[in-house]
Amino acid sequence: MRCSRGLLALLAPLALGQAAPPAEEPRLVPDVSQRQVEIRYRFSGAELLLFGAILYPGGRTPDAVPDVAVVLKGPLQRIVLREKQKVAGIWMNVERVRFRSAPSFYAVASSRPLAQLVDERTAAIYELGLNNLQLSPGGGASADTLHRFEQGLIDLRQRNQLYAEYPHGVEISEGVLYRARIVIPAQVPVGTYTAETFLIRGGRVIAGAAREIRIEKLGFEGFIAQAAEHWSLSYGLICVALSLLLGWGASAFFQRRYG
Amino acid sequence: MDIYLPIAGLSVNALVIVGLGGLVGLLTGMVGVGGGFLTTPILIFYGIPPPVAVASATTQITGTSISGVLAHRRRKGVDVQMGAVIIAGGVIGSILGGFLFRLLQNSGQIDTVISILYVLLLTSIGGMMAKEAATALDILKPSKKAQARPARRHNPIIAMLPFRWRFYRSGLYISPLAPLLLGFVTGLLTVLLGVGGGFVMVPAMIYLLGMSAQVVVGTSLLQILFVTAATTIVHATTTRSVDIVLAGLLLLGSVIGAQYGARFAQKMKPELLRMILAIVVLGVAFRMALQLAWRPEEIYTVQML
Repeated sequence: MRCSRGLLALLAPLALGQAAPPAEEPRLVPDVSQRQVEIRYRFSGAELLLFGAILYPGGRTPDAVPDVAVVLKGPLQRIVLREKQKVAGIWMNVERVRFRSAPSFYAVASSRPLAQLVDERTAAIYELGLNNLQLSPGGGASADTLHRFEQGLIDLRQRNQLYAEYPHGVEISEGVLYRARIVIPAQVPVGTYTAETFLIRGGRVIAGAAREIRIEKLGFEGFIAQAAEHWSLSYGLICVALSLLLGWGASAFFQRRYG
Repeated sequence: MDIYLPIAGLSVNALVIVGLGGLVGLLTGMVGVGGGFLTTPILIFYGIPPPVAVASATTQITGTSISGVLAHRRRKGVDVQMGAVIIAGGVIGSILGGFLFRLLQNSGQIDTVISILYVLLLTSIGGMMAKEAATALDILKPSKKAQARPARRHNPIIAMLPFRWRFYRSGLYISPLAPLLLGFVTGLLTVLLGVGGGFVMVPAMIYLLGMSAQVVVGTSLLQILFVTAATTIVHATTTRSVDIVLAGLLLLGSVIGAQYGARFAQKMKPELLRMILAIVVLGVAFRMALQLAWRPEEIYTVQML
């Protein structure tokens, strides 16, 4: 099952190519409100607007407007997920599963609930929906255990706003223009994100397009993150010096004032 | 007022952090504990990743203790000689502790070990201090045994150790091996628990070493100052989780709190101070024990590879 999913993912571009001969099927022209999200000192999350136009062959809008799904995905992470169980009256980490490709961020918005748009097979091919993420778990665990851990990870990250589904998040106006809002929380990891848009009709993906978005730490925040990473000893010394200076400064100030 | 923390990778309410620092600073100035055993759990509870909470709280404690050390030095309340011996032990302990920390982190048991250590340590120390302070405040009647035998000046095992030194300020003639070992254990705790270790150091100095009461708090703060500075550098170079913005915000509150705390301490009975510390320590222990036994909010935790 896992294996076949992986294979399907490899074949996905081929399938898309077959499904969308350029002359007869509509095309997508996507864009995003920000190509770059800058994390600065007042950053408390952001709202990305993913929008675009559907270009129909011959310029005629059909009576049955196709559906749109938009996926925003962050860089993949290698993680260990640990599960707590009660042992001798104490809750402690007992079991663990490794995932080699857990997206650090995943949000999908669609014009109708995904279950109504595509069948399971198509959803798996295009990684549409939280239950179709290809997390690449490490071997050794039973299927039941894997399922439990996958659900645990999805639930945890959903509550942290890192994973989200917006079943009615895409708005299509006049059958031509579409737009979706996706919330990015403050604790979003940095890196290159991809925003993919899929045009869906009759359970099939008939067109797709992608854009990249960079999420970066800039300014003072970026400088600190860089310093901590590359000049760690100097950074540590500066931290100590700063705390000594602040502590001594307050002490001297109070001494003069009340001493 | 929301501020983004660059290393923790999330935004927090700056006023809450400054307020937390202020409260902990007040405690520091009053009783000579670094307050890390309060800061670290509250930061984690607030949603800061545990390594960042531990490392940044350590940095903050350095700043809080300098103002405390200076305030106590003015009142001749620091034994530098004794402090140097304890610090030497502390630095060795923190390096070894760093190694142990990584071992536990890789096996996924660091959280549980931290919680169990917290509960055991805080309960025994808090209980001991509460009993002692209650007796001194005439709340409890001294037991028959204590009445029959007046308080021991020296612990017999410590008195047996070789190479005795004279510590004038502390009023002691004991082997430096005892404070060295004490420093070592505290340094281990600094790295593992993200605490200054004052809550172990202060009672140990009073009850085990028998140091004279005026230099206990100041000397403990001196040790905390140096060992937390060393630990900050260890964290900055290995775990890379010292958040200078978070530490700065905590400091802003705590350096001011510590000043008021030191002034406050001079006007209060030392037994009453010890009673307050005992109650706080027992409270944190109780909360930690509950956390271990109750079903946690998050069953799953993610660790990056």
